Amino acid sequence: MALPSVTVSVVSHHLLAIQRSPSVFDALAQRLDDALSRVRGRGRLDDETVDATLSEIRLALLEADVNFKVVRGFVSRLREVLVGEEVSKALNPSQQVVKAVHAELVRALGGESVTPDLSGNPAVIMLAGLQGSGKTTAAGKLAKQLKKKGRTPMLVACDLQRPAAVQQLRINAEKVGVHVYAPVESGDPVAVARDSLAKARDTGCDVVIVDTAGRLHIDTELMGQARDIRAAVDPTATLFVIDAMIGQEAVNVSKAFLDDVGFDGVILTKLDGDARGGAALSVREVTDRPIVYASVGEKMEDFEAFHPDRMADRILGMGDMMTLIEKAEDTFTEQETKDAEQALLSGDFTLEDFLKQMQMVKRMGPLKGVLGMLPGMGQALKDVDVDDKQLAHVEAIIYSMTLEERRDPRLLTKGGARRRRRIAAGSGRSVQEVNRLLKQFDQAKSVMKSVSKMAGMDSMNPQGRKGKRAQAKAAQQLMRSGQVPGQGGQGGLGGFPGLQQAPKRKK
Amino acid sequence: MELTETLLLIGSVLAVVAVVVVGLFRRGGGQPPADHDRDVAPRGGTDTLTREPGTDTATAPPETAAPEAPPEPLTLRDRFRERLVRTRNVLGVSVAELFGGGVSDDAWEGLEELLISADVGVAATMQIVEDVRRRARDEGVTEADGVVALLKDELRSALEVPDRSLARATDDEPTVWMLTGVNGTGKTTTIGKLAAIEEREGRSVVLAAADTFRAAAADQLGLWADRTGARLVRKDEGADPASVAFDGWMAAIATDADLLVVDTAGRLHNRRELMDELGKVKRVVEKKSGPMDEVLLVLDATTGQNGLAQAGAFVDAVDVTGIVLTKLDGSSKGGIVVAVQRELGLPVKLVGLGEGIDDLAPFDPDAFVDSLFEPA
Repeated sequence: MALPSVTVSVVSHHLLAIQRSPSVFDALAQRLDDALSRVRGRGRLDDETVDATLSEIRLALLEADVNFKVVRGFVSRLREVLVGEEVSKALNPSQQVVKAVHAELVRALGGESVTPDLSGNPAVIMLAGLQGSGKTTAAGKLAKQLKKKGRTPMLVACDLQRPAAVQQLRINAEKVGVHVYAPVESGDPVAVARDSLAKARDTGCDVVIVDTAGRLHIDTELMGQARDIRAAVDPTATLFVIDAMIGQEAVNVSKAFLDDVGFDGVILTKLDGDARGGAALSVREVTDRPIVYASVGEKMEDFEAFHPDRMADRILGMGDMMTLIEKAEDTFTEQETKDAEQALLSGDFTLEDFLKQMQMVKRMGPLKGVLGMLPGMGQALKDVDVDDKQLAHVEAIIYSMTLEERRDPRLLTKGGARRRRRIAAGSGRSVQEVNRLLKQFDQAKSVMKSVSKMAGMDSMNPQGRKGKRAQAKAAQQLMRSGQVPGQGGQGGLGGFPGLQQAPKRKK
Repeated sequence: MELTETLLLIGSVLAVVAVVVVGLFRRGGGQPPADHDRDVAPRGGTDTLTREPGTDTATAPPETAAPEAPPEPLTLRDRFRERLVRTRNVLGVSVAELFGGGVSDDAWEGLEELLISADVGVAATMQIVEDVRRRARDEGVTEADGVVALLKDELRSALEVPDRSLARATDDEPTVWMLTGVNGTGKTTTIGKLAAIEEREGRSVVLAAADTFRAAAADQLGLWADRTGARLVRKDEGADPASVAFDGWMAAIATDADLLVVDTAGRLHNRRELMDELGKVKRVVEKKSGPMDEVLLVLDATTGQNGLAQAGAFVDAVDVTGIVLTKLDGSSKGGIVVAVQRELGLPVKLVGLGEGIDDLAPFDPDAFVDSLFEPA
């Protein structure tokens, strides 16, 4: 394949010089630039620089909701890593520090993904956590996942506290097509839990998932009840369910659940929100229990193994490139990818190519969601309306062009007023919209040109996981390159010249 | 295929699409966003859902619903202090202790950590500490007591608002309140408690179960309706939430009710289509009812800095009028509301202090500020 790869160094050298939009969320890399500006390309990091750097890192972590005590420990460990660190000539120093912070974060978050041991017949999983953390939903999702792996799960309704919690679990069981044991709506959950094991054996279920009531960690009575349930079923794995949006109290809550009930792993929920999720680090640090699952959406299949490296990206505000890549790999066929690549690099990018690509992107899901996965974009898109209907309008306009026009948009720009009127009439859009599309397309094209030029500057080809990571960062830089044509003078958002902030409603 | 290539490609393709599409329609003041329903197929006629609430034999009569002789209710301040006994060790150190050895850099730093540990947030904390520090210098305050007083004053003024009462209709038509928020903050429970208070005060209440997404959400609201004597309007799971809210309004009119409370599905604020859906619920009701009297955002006290983003998004979508801060009976301090009010001017109106029917209280800023810093 013809496409040369890009290394971090090449891209960063070229792009860090480009003026950045202040409205882009301050990823750590950017805020470190100031602290590290003195050491660019010379010698080791001195104490003073390390201090300034660590103070920025501390703030970034606090803003991501990492507990302040955990931050303290983390930062002091980091100091040892950074002091005396040699500043590589190839790397931008802030990139290098971010790399070190990232590595340390991944390590702190547990390194590799782990899956809980679920051997045993029946294997018993017990879920526990605060109110509203998402236990009942997680129970359904977990059941679905285990069913997919060939197990026969049974959900057990031991939340006899919240009104209709039992009914909610029944419906979830029905949705994912698994057994449910929900004999009572009130009474003693310990008895229900105990009886469920025999019930599972009778019905041939080989995994029992016990849903429990939400409880406050300072409620001694209910914590005692959870302990009793645990004792009654002797779970293969007890999982602590915690909301990714939780703040500083994550530390006290998880410690209390560990000490009073005990657990083997953690389920982090609501990760489809835009919280940075620093609590993940807090929980991991104070309990030393692995985070095993992440709940990433409202549908029953939105449940996956937890990836420490992605979480590290997120805490540092680096977006979730890896998810995006995997999503794209799932969605695009090889031929499509080849074609798109050809189009982008040929320097002769046409509206026809654009149409094809737009359709590819559309298949990846709602545009805003997909764009939001790009680093910095989540924040930048906050006030921008991205409606997928807009895509349909663009399509309509392009479909109303002749093939010749699609291949050579210049036919439309220079003296093509009549053509443009015809296209507007044909697509049911206004002439102004047609004009704007052409203008935007032109801008996009010049972005493409600068990108493909840069892509051609290095042919090193990083391999494997590490390479993947490096590429993720490269692409992150690449996205910022959207500002190239505008030379930074635009008030646009997120590095894309076309992005404009939606007017804020003032009360 | 090579990852490298995939990556570059996606980046490029997305960049192109983003530049063209987003730019195009942003400038053009594109079409108003369409109403998307959540991508769940309507599950018409799910028989488990159509049963009348209250007919379930397994449902124990709620023992809490004994309104005839509620014991002398504790004041909010008492409740706060009662809770604090349980939590003061968590905080470890009080402001008074911090400044016990005089006003020093370490003490100020400790104060910063104290505020941050209460989820006030980095930016708001820096600002508050800086202000207090400057005032302490200007006013020559060197004693711990003085610093504590300044700090409380600063926080109280950050939380100041002329009126925290819930607005009611000024005409003869029913009052309309709607509750919103992300998943799991306690919207339905809060509505149950609100209904209890209102019914007890002699007002007739209609509850509209416009959370048609979460399994059994309407059942949950139905049980609260049973407990409190409120009337429930519901449809099947997957039904259009706006139509449930609308029916709620029609029922409130038909029964000459005093109050309609609309429960909505929890939604993450970064889901544009769900925020649009919420906007539609509001618009559809308001077409008949006129502006809603209150649109409350239910915020979980354990929420970290994301609370600010949540509040901003809900304000944009449905013009939130106030905050209900729930789960304050835990050890979390709910400091995020300081940042929310500073940034968005959104006052806290109510606080949730537990799962019981009486565990809802008006927000008392003095007690709240005390709870942030003073061991009981």
